[in-house]
Amino acid sequence: MNLHPKATILDADQIGRIVRRMAGEIAEAHRGLENVMLVGIRTRGVPLAEAIADELDRLEGFRPPLGTLDITLYRDDLSLVAPKPVVKESHFPEPIQDRVVVLCDDVLFTGRTVRAALDALLDFGRPRAVRLAVLVDRGWRELPIQADFVGRKVPTSASEVIKVAFAATDDGTQVQILDRPAGA
Amino acid sequence: MKLLVRGGRVVDPSQGLDQPADVLIEHGAVVRVEPSIAVPAHGEVLEARGLVVAPGLIDIHVHLREPGQESKETVASGVAAAVAGGFTAVACMANTSPVNDSRLVTETILRSAERAGLARVYPIGAVSKKLEGDEMASFGQLAAAGCVAFSDDGRPVFNTELMRRALEYSRHFDRPIVQHAQDLDLTGDGVMHEGTSSACCGMPGIPGLAEEVMIARDLLLAEETGGRYHVAHLSTARSLRLVREARARSLQVTCEVTPHHLLLADRAVIDAGFHAHWKMNPPLRDQRDVEGLVAGLADGSIDAIASDHAPHTADEKVLEFQTAPFGIVGLETTLALCLDRLVRPGRISLSRLIELLSTGPARVLGLPGGTLRPGALADVTLIDPERELEVVAARFRSKSRNTPFDGWKLRGAAVATIVGGRIVYRAD
Amino acid sequence: MTEAIWTKKDLLGISELSTAEIELLLATAESFAEVAERPVKKVPTLRGKTVVNLFFEPSTRTRVSFEIAAQRLSADIVNFSTEGSSQSKGETLFDTAKNIASMFPDFVVVRHRHVGVPAMLARELAAGVVNAGDGSHEHPTQALLDALTIRRHKGRIEGLTVAMVGDIAHSRVARSNIHLLTRLGAHVRVAGPRTMVPAEIGALGVEVVWTLEEAIRDADVVMMLRLQLERQSRFLFPSLGEYAQLFGLNERRLERAKPDAIVLHPGPMNRGVEISSAVADGPRSVILDQVGQGVAVRMAALYLLAGARGGGR
Repeated sequence: MNLHPKATILDADQIGRIVRRMAGEIAEAHRGLENVMLVGIRTRGVPLAEAIADELDRLEGFRPPLGTLDITLYRDDLSLVAPKPVVKESHFPEPIQDRVVVLCDDVLFTGRTVRAALDALLDFGRPRAVRLAVLVDRGWRELPIQADFVGRKVPTSASEVIKVAFAATDDGTQVQILDRPAGA
Repeated sequence: MKLLVRGGRVVDPSQGLDQPADVLIEHGAVVRVEPSIAVPAHGEVLEARGLVVAPGLIDIHVHLREPGQESKETVASGVAAAVAGGFTAVACMANTSPVNDSRLVTETILRSAERAGLARVYPIGAVSKKLEGDEMASFGQLAAAGCVAFSDDGRPVFNTELMRRALEYSRHFDRPIVQHAQDLDLTGDGVMHEGTSSACCGMPGIPGLAEEVMIARDLLLAEETGGRYHVAHLSTARSLRLVREARARSLQVTCEVTPHHLLLADRAVIDAGFHAHWKMNPPLRDQRDVEGLVAGLADGSIDAIASDHAPHTADEKVLEFQTAPFGIVGLETTLALCLDRLVRPGRISLSRLIELLSTGPARVLGLPGGTLRPGALADVTLIDPERELEVVAARFRSKSRNTPFDGWKLRGAAVATIVGGRIVYRAD
Repeated sequence: MTEAIWTKKDLLGISELSTAEIELLLATAESFAEVAERPVKKVPTLRGKTVVNLFFEPSTRTRVSFEIAAQRLSADIVNFSTEGSSQSKGETLFDTAKNIASMFPDFVVVRHRHVGVPAMLARELAAGVVNAGDGSHEHPTQALLDALTIRRHKGRIEGLTVAMVGDIAHSRVARSNIHLLTRLGAHVRVAGPRTMVPAEIGALGVEVVWTLEEAIRDADVVMMLRLQLERQSRFLFPSLGEYAQLFGLNERRLERAKPDAIVLHPGPMNRGVEISSAVADGPRSVILDQVGQGVAVRMAALYLLAGARGGGR
C-alpha cells in the first residue's frame, strides 16, 4: 500500500503539551490516582500510556502501574486477515480486579479496536471502571464508543490515514495525515 | 503380403548394422536389408526417411493381469500399450489369478493375445504352484504350452531348496529361472530404499542387501546346478557386481534393469510427498546405484532393459504410501525415457539401446526376434528420435495410469510398430 | 520484531519449514503461553471454526493437548478416533478423508501409523492439516514444544549440545527434533544401539556416537526417547534389562552432562528402562514442563494456519 504523507498535524512539542493536558484531566477525574492502572493497547497505545505515566509522575508525584494489552486474538476481522498478525503477550503488573483501568490508544477510528480491547481486558478480571484515552480522535465511528480523554479531534476523510509515531517505537514523535491514493 | 520399409537408418546390433538401408518384408519375414531395394510388385511402402529402423523391441518383464485382475489390465489393453510404446513382443509374468502354473492358464493368455493380434505375448510360467513356494510347478507342461521361462515374480523364490531344484529341473527345457531377488526377512515392512532418504523421513526401508543376499545365494546355486538364471529388475550397484563376477566365471547368468531404476533415485519419494506412484519393488535406490546401473548399461554387463510394467487401478494407488501396492506401468514410456535420458545425453549409444531393448531381451529368453537378419520374424520398430512427446498418463492405452513420469517432456518415440510384417501401430 | 509471515496451509513436518517459520511458530507459542495464566483461559480467536481430531493411533496426551488448544481459541473440536477399528485399510482412510471433507472442517489434526498420511490428507482436503505424528516420520508439534521447553530453561538453542538417546530409527520425535534443533544451531549428538540408529542419520547434520556416556558428556540437554517394546521381536535389542544397562539414563550417568543440564522425554516413559524414576522425577527433569508447552504450541499452529487459509470459507 502506497501512502502519501499529506501533512504533519502534530509535532513533538505539541504532542508533549497535549499529553500533559490529558494527564491533568486524568488526575482530576481520579483523585489520588492510587486505584488507576494505565493500559496501553499494542502497539502505539503503549508509548502513549508511558508518556501519560511520566507526566502524572511529574504532576502528581505518583506513577500509576502500566499494563500492555495485545488485542490480536480478539479482533473481529481476524478471520478476514491473512496471514495472521504476530501475536504478542499481554501483561499487567498487578491484577486488574477492582482497578480503574485507563485504556490508552493512539487513534480512535471505528471503535472496533476498543471493542476488542474491552473484551480482552474483561477476560483478565473485573475492573471497577474502564476509561478510554486517545491521542487523536479522527471520527468515522462504527460502534457506539466514545473516549473519555481526547488529545485532539481531527476531522478526516475515509481515505485518509492517521499515522502516529513515538520516539520509543519509531524514528521520532509526530502525527501525520497520509492519503491513500484512489483505487489502492 | 510385401512391405518395403524405405529410406530409414537401420540399426541392428545383432549384425552390427547402423546405416541407411531399405528393409524388404515378405510373408511375415525379413527378406533383405540393403541400401536400395526396388518397390516390389503388389507391395506396400512405408517411408522411413529420418527414422530409425530397429528390430522389434521386446519387453521381457510385464504384468498383463489377465486372468483375474482385468480392472488393472487385460492382455488386449496390455499389448495395445506395448505396440504404442514400440514393443513388438512382451513376456508376461505368472502372478495372475489364477496363477499361470498350468497349461490351461498359459493357453488362456495365448488365446487372448491371438485375439488381440497386436504384439506377440510370451507367457512366463510359475516356478512354484500358486506362487506359494512349496511345490514346483509343472515346467514340462508349461514349456509345452508355450512358457518361455519360469518365475514367481512379485515374490522371490525364497526357499533355497526350491531354487536349487528349479535351476536343476529347468535345464530339461532349456528355460531360465527369472528371479525376483528379495530376502523377505531383510525386507520386513520396508517400502522404500533403506538409505539416507529413508533415514531422513522415517519410512521403513528395504535395504539393497535384501536383493544382494538373494542374488549371491542364487549365483552359488546356479554355479552348482548349471541352470540358467536371470535377475529381474536388478536395482543395486552391488547386485550388478555379483552378476559381473559370476559371468567372469562363465555362469549362465543374465540380468535386466528397469527405466525407473536408471532415471530416478530414492529422494524422489520424499520430493513427491510420498505419492504411491513412486512406490515400486525393488524400490528406487540411491544415486550411487543409479550411476552404477547406467555404467552397467554402457559396459555391457546388463543384458536388457525391461519395464516391469505393473498396472494398478487409481483407487489402489491413491492410498497412503505404506498401504498402496508396489509397481508402475512402463510400456508406453520406456523407449521415450531411454531415448531422451540415456541416448540423448550420450550415456549410451542408440545402437546399445536397441540392443538392450531388442537383441538382448531376445537372447535372455531365447526368443525369436531381436534381429533383422534375412529369414527373421518381420518384427520391426520405427523410431523418430526427434519426435517431441509429453507423457500424458490419462491418454495411455494401458488401463492403468500409475506412473511417476506423467507430464515429463521427452524427445524420441516409436512412430510405427510392425509385427510379423503387419503394421500394428502408427503414431498420428 | 519478526518479519516472517505464515503462508503454509498445513503443518506437516519440521523438515519443510524455514528457520523463520520455526521462529515464528515459537514466538507465537510463547505469546500463547500467557493465555494459560489468565483467569479466563479462552480467547475468541477461532470462534466458529471446527477442528477435527483424527487419531488413527491411540494417544491420549497429544489428542487432549490439541483439544485444549482448540478450546482455548474458542474453536469447536470433534474427536474422530478410529484406533482399533478396521482403519488399517487404506480404502477406508481415503473414504474417511472424503467424508471429513464433506463436513467442511477448518482444521484436521491427524495421527497415523503410516508415513505421509498427513501429506496425503493435505492434498485431498481444503482444511489445514496438522501432523500429530505419522509413522516414524515427523511429529512437528512435539519438536516445537521441546524447543520451547529448552528455551525456557536455557534461554537459547543455538550453541547448545543436545544428546538424543534411544531408538533413533523408529522415532518421529527424534526426527522432528533433529530437523529443528540443527536448524536453530544446536549441536545434536545421537546414540543408541547400532540396530536402532541408521548409519545415514549423519546426513541430517548430527554427530553419531555409540554409547550413552559419550552422548551425554557435557551436554546441556539430554533427550531420552521412548523404547517401543515391540521392537524386541524384530531382533533390534535382546532384552529390556540389557537395554537399560546400556542405554538407560540414571543419576550416576547424568553426572557426565553439564551440571545444569536438563532432561527431556516425550512420554509416555518406560520407567526403569530408558530412564530411571530418580531422574524422571528429579530436579533436572523438565518433562512436565514439556506437556505444558504443548498446548501453547498447538494453539500457535492452529492460529497461524488459520491465517494462511485466508480466514473462513
